[in-house]
Amino acid sequence: MNENQYPIEIAWTDLEAIVGREYLWPATASDAIDGFQPSKVIAPGSAQEVAKVLQYCSSAGVAVIPRGGGSKLALGNRPQKADLILSTERLNRVVEHVWGDMTVVVEAGCTIEGIQNAVKQHGQRLALDPLWPERCTVGGLIATAESGTLRIRYGAVRDLVLGVEVALPDGSLIKVGGKVVKNVAGYDLTKLVIGSLGTLGVITRAVFRLHPVPVATATYSTLLSNAPEAAKLVLALLDSHVIYTGLQLRATRPDHIALDVRLEGIPESLQDQFAKLGKVATGFTFTESPAEVWDARQKLFANAAGAAVAKCSVLPSQLGALCEAVFRQAKQSAATIVAQGTGIADVRFEAADAKALPRILDDIRAELWALDGTLVVQQCPPAIKESLDVWGALKDALPLMQEIKGKFDPARTLNPGRFVGAI
Amino acid sequence: MDSHLISEFRAIVGDAGLVTAKEQLRTYECDGLTLFRVVPELVLLPASSEEMQAVVKLCYRQRIPFVARGSGTGLSGGALPVKGGVVIGVSRMNRILEIDLPNARVVVEPGVTNSAITAAVSGRGYFYAPDPSSQVVCTVAGNVAENSGGAHCFKYGVTTTYILGLDVVLSDGSLLHLGGKTMDAPGYDLVGAFVGSEGTFGIVTQVTLRIIRKPESVQTLMAAFNSSSEAGAAVSEIIKSGMFPAAMEIMDRLALEAAEAAVHPNYPNCQALLLVELDGSAREVELLMEKVGPICTACGAWELRLAKSEAERVAVWKGRKAAFAAVGRISPNYLVQDGVIPRTALPRVLGEIDRLSAEAGLRVANVFHAGDGNLHPLVLYDRRIAGQEERAMVLAEDILRLCVEAGGSITGEHGIGEEKKHFMPVMFSEADLEAMQRLRSAFDPYGLCNPTKMFPGTDTTYQRPIAYEPHPIEKAGLAQRY
Repeated sequence: MNENQYPIEIAWTDLEAIVGREYLWPATASDAIDGFQPSKVIAPGSAQEVAKVLQYCSSAGVAVIPRGGGSKLALGNRPQKADLILSTERLNRVVEHVWGDMTVVVEAGCTIEGIQNAVKQHGQRLALDPLWPERCTVGGLIATAESGTLRIRYGAVRDLVLGVEVALPDGSLIKVGGKVVKNVAGYDLTKLVIGSLGTLGVITRAVFRLHPVPVATATYSTLLSNAPEAAKLVLALLDSHVIYTGLQLRATRPDHIALDVRLEGIPESLQDQFAKLGKVATGFTFTESPAEVWDARQKLFANAAGAAVAKCSVLPSQLGALCEAVFRQAKQSAATIVAQGTGIADVRFEAADAKALPRILDDIRAELWALDGTLVVQQCPPAIKESLDVWGALKDALPLMQEIKGKFDPARTLNPGRFVGAI
Repeated sequence: MDSHLISEFRAIVGDAGLVTAKEQLRTYECDGLTLFRVVPELVLLPASSEEMQAVVKLCYRQRIPFVARGSGTGLSGGALPVKGGVVIGVSRMNRILEIDLPNARVVVEPGVTNSAITAAVSGRGYFYAPDPSSQVVCTVAGNVAENSGGAHCFKYGVTTTYILGLDVVLSDGSLLHLGGKTMDAPGYDLVGAFVGSEGTFGIVTQVTLRIIRKPESVQTLMAAFNSSSEAGAAVSEIIKSGMFPAAMEIMDRLALEAAEAAVHPNYPNCQALLLVELDGSAREVELLMEKVGPICTACGAWELRLAKSEAERVAVWKGRKAAFAAVGRISPNYLVQDGVIPRTALPRVLGEIDRLSAEAGLRVANVFHAGDGNLHPLVLYDRRIAGQEERAMVLAEDILRLCVEAGGSITGEHGIGEEKKHFMPVMFSEADLEAMQRLRSAFDPYGLCNPTKMFPGTDTTYQRPIAYEPHPIEKAGLAQRY
């Protein structure tokens, strides 16, 4: 589109006029998205500037890739077009922390670690533990709706975001939701934005609800020798009165599965919970583990050159079936599973030849589909994206999703081609 | 309505699914907000998803607007019929289709009542968390449409937290499966967008929801204060101490009087009552409750009473949940609002409400979810006294304005519906509203689903916000408002 309209050099000059010269610079190889090289990086200094940039790009046919800390740029299909990286790095303020309300208002470029540091002085925390909190920004967290190990107790991003401010491709800046815990005025556009991979608008600000930091925390682990046994124990814990804030399985082999349970609360209650844990898990020995076991998800993404990491979602009762399917399909490739009691599992596959990965992923996806489960590839060698849809098939709502995309971003300015159904 | 068309509808739903008699149609002329009344052309009660699709397809072909309806307990006129339109009720689709306890999932048809879900799983130690006060009669479909809350959502969240999958019929009659039993279906979170859309996106035909384990222990404390502000301060202190109660509710003098008159919960005789409910492990609840008492006392509580038995606890909550309706016993007429404010603004906003109330010369009863800042100011008045109704309406709107100014919302649970649509611009900019309309038009391009609701400027036969009047069923003593 842009090629037919006018030379992109003019666009750069115009965009410079919006943000100032020093905030538009040439992109380098490290800015590439799945091997796709954008021309420039722009860093607007306010939400209003973000809106203006989007409005301009939308009318000029410049494709925009929004970027926070860049920690999850591997997620998504290959972009069909990527001219400009829109960085939220200058929108990095914690705007307001009203501890009495247990809410925090932050700009999109704030890191999760930055928020935690700001709110912990008042004994509070954002009960989300995404990957790489030191790099992961609010905007990226919301756009990818990533959930970690705390979800089983505190809910997902959608449960903890009270409102967002979003810049739309038509240049408007909208506020959805609010600062209060309960709010049913108008449509819940917040939910639409969460997990939309930056395809509808660019998040500029968010309001989160917070939780108290627990007085004491302890993690206990046990080893299990097969997947059905592990799944059974998970179900027993889900059905119990043990108040865990993390429930995780880690497996590198079908016959060697660790189960981690995190307990939080006041010290007296922790002892009580541990005693309960023993009663529910009779016959298993739990020993205290370091808190690092909860970083297992993050470790899956390390040295990922020849590896793929997929997020699988099944029912808790199907975790055993998931483990079996993964190890069966992986065959001679190495596989590592880090599954949460919610039924969401991150799985890493490592093949000597990356070309073998799409087949493995597709086969497992087909097995999960039969269980009403899903598999989304989080990270993989860009080359294999040619022969793989990272999102997989959708049921019957894709046309409606495309319709919605068309209403918010008719020129397909934002992340074109990266989301489901090449939205 | 054209008789040929009526026979087409009859061919789909049969006689049992069709209401045409004038007198019967009047039952559907309003929901819980009784002053808006429109008699629908026809009421259709499909008994299956297929019938629902066929009915909607016929409406689509003829471009007949339709309004979905659960039990009609909504408080904002969301289920008010539209002129020349039909009402599609979900009451005959009321089966619980699947209970999957190991995964804590339940699949239901839309006409199942909120309480029926908990009733079906409670014997096995589970419950469905959202607990709107009308839970005994209100349907899951209505809860989904309004994103209903309840007293316990401070800790447990509202309806949207618990809905995983929805089968919906859009205005063209197509059936879509949104979300599912597993979490995080790829693509836009259309389940999240649909919940709270007040019937303007389509009609729900099946709901997959999450239930949760009943806590091991629950304790409810009543603390008597000399003012709502003191009680509000205690709420802040409890939160500051790092506790996370399941519910915190405040009732003021007027609300207490009303509740006492209605259901005799035997509350302490005070100016403001704070209910604090803690739940979780028995040991932890016990230890934390030992801290709650002294905090309340330090904030001015002069009597503390712990509900000792489950029966006592039920009585405490019965009083609270009946408070709304009970206000009818101390005032001939009243307006119900449910604005939300950030909790820290409670003392200031309550003070302002007192001032406004004194200025207007009208009493305002307050019953509110203090934990999450959801107020329920009830403006009491007597319609027979000239000018009072108008003053009451102005006062109710002033209170909502106060909520917005404090950084809050014009509604925490009741929805916009017909009642508050003219108030949307107080809270939202033109761009915000335009974005919402875009989403609506993606779901319903012809504007057939519950048109004229939620947005200002949409065709309306009424201009004024409206007072409570008993529904005919209430007058007959068959139902009570909560």
